[in-house]
Amino acid sequence: MNEQLVTCAALTKRYGGKRALAEVDLELGRGRIVGLLGPNGSGKTTMIKILCGLLQPTEGAVLVDGQPVGPYTKSIISYLPDRMYFADWMKATDLFDLFADFYKDFDRTKAMSMCASLGVTPSDRLKSMSKGTKEKVQLVLVMARKAQLYLLDEPIAGVDPAARDFILSTILTNYNDEGTVLISTHLISDIEKVLDEAVFLKEGQITLHDTVDNIREREGKSVDALFREVFRAANYEGGAF
Amino acid sequence: MDWTFTDDRPIWQQITEQLTLRILKGEYPPGGRLPAVRELATQAGVNPNTMQRALAQLETEGLAVGSRTAGRTVTEDTAVIEAAARERARAAVAACLRILAELGYSPENALVFVKEELSNE
Repeated sequence: MNEQLVTCAALTKRYGGKRALAEVDLELGRGRIVGLLGPNGSGKTTMIKILCGLLQPTEGAVLVDGQPVGPYTKSIISYLPDRMYFADWMKATDLFDLFADFYKDFDRTKAMSMCASLGVTPSDRLKSMSKGTKEKVQLVLVMARKAQLYLLDEPIAGVDPAARDFILSTILTNYNDEGTVLISTHLISDIEKVLDEAVFLKEGQITLHDTVDNIREREGKSVDALFREVFRAANYEGGAF
Repeated sequence: MDWTFTDDRPIWQQITEQLTLRILKGEYPPGGRLPAVRELATQAGVNPNTMQRALAQLETEGLAVGSRTAGRTVTEDTAVIEAAARERARAAVAACLRILAELGYSPENALVFVKEELSNE
């Protein structure tokens, strides 16, 4: 077992002429909950898609549990995409069958009990579900696996604040102790309490990677407040409003 | 039991303080068992590592005693708990006196004022 779960070295991704990630170096340990924080377009989704093998980096290397991204790393990564990719005629239970076929570590019993506590009826078809409920189903699928790395791309964006707390506690109570959870979001105040570490991504570069405790101790303010400072939109030229 | 956190300091420090207060109030009595890390973390909605760190601090301060098999309990040493309560009280009084000084009360007048307030209660 490798000490670091994730190692990125000089990771760069270009889309045509546009650079989405610029020589990113990042190491993530095990058993951590890490926030990948940045405004829209800062490279969060690109980063996550490279880690789970959906995108190839233009340059640089990624190791997950000491292995390059491939069949092995996919078997230990549980990925929550930023959009729904299931056919809407399916029921949640159909998806459980699918996941049980694809992933050895999928725990169906756990999925059913998570549905019960999230108030989701697994026999409903996806098309009859609200956006928030669909997100909950996806979260159930992802968290009911016993993975080493959970990649959650904007898991709380589409649900109401009450459901948000519930989803966060679901993440807290269901990730396994050895597993690391990487959560991308721009809704920081909601998730700050559950994070061990924060990674600030700005225009494709990591500008800060530290524990939340250290940040609060050093800055005397919350990660949310620091984020607002760092990413405050530049004023339009031509003066103030 | 509610947990509230402010933005200006690390969360684990605030948890340590709130757990200490519960011990001083007797919500967790001397020798009583403290809930498991995971349980407390879920209650407070915080990361288990954060809760672990807060509990470790309680152990360092002697208020909690850890055991590998039986979990954590509140210390049975009431002297330690009393000392912690006194420390809290001292800090509260110091803060109060500081505010009174800013308002222009001399130490003598502050004492007179506090006595008056006490007799009014």
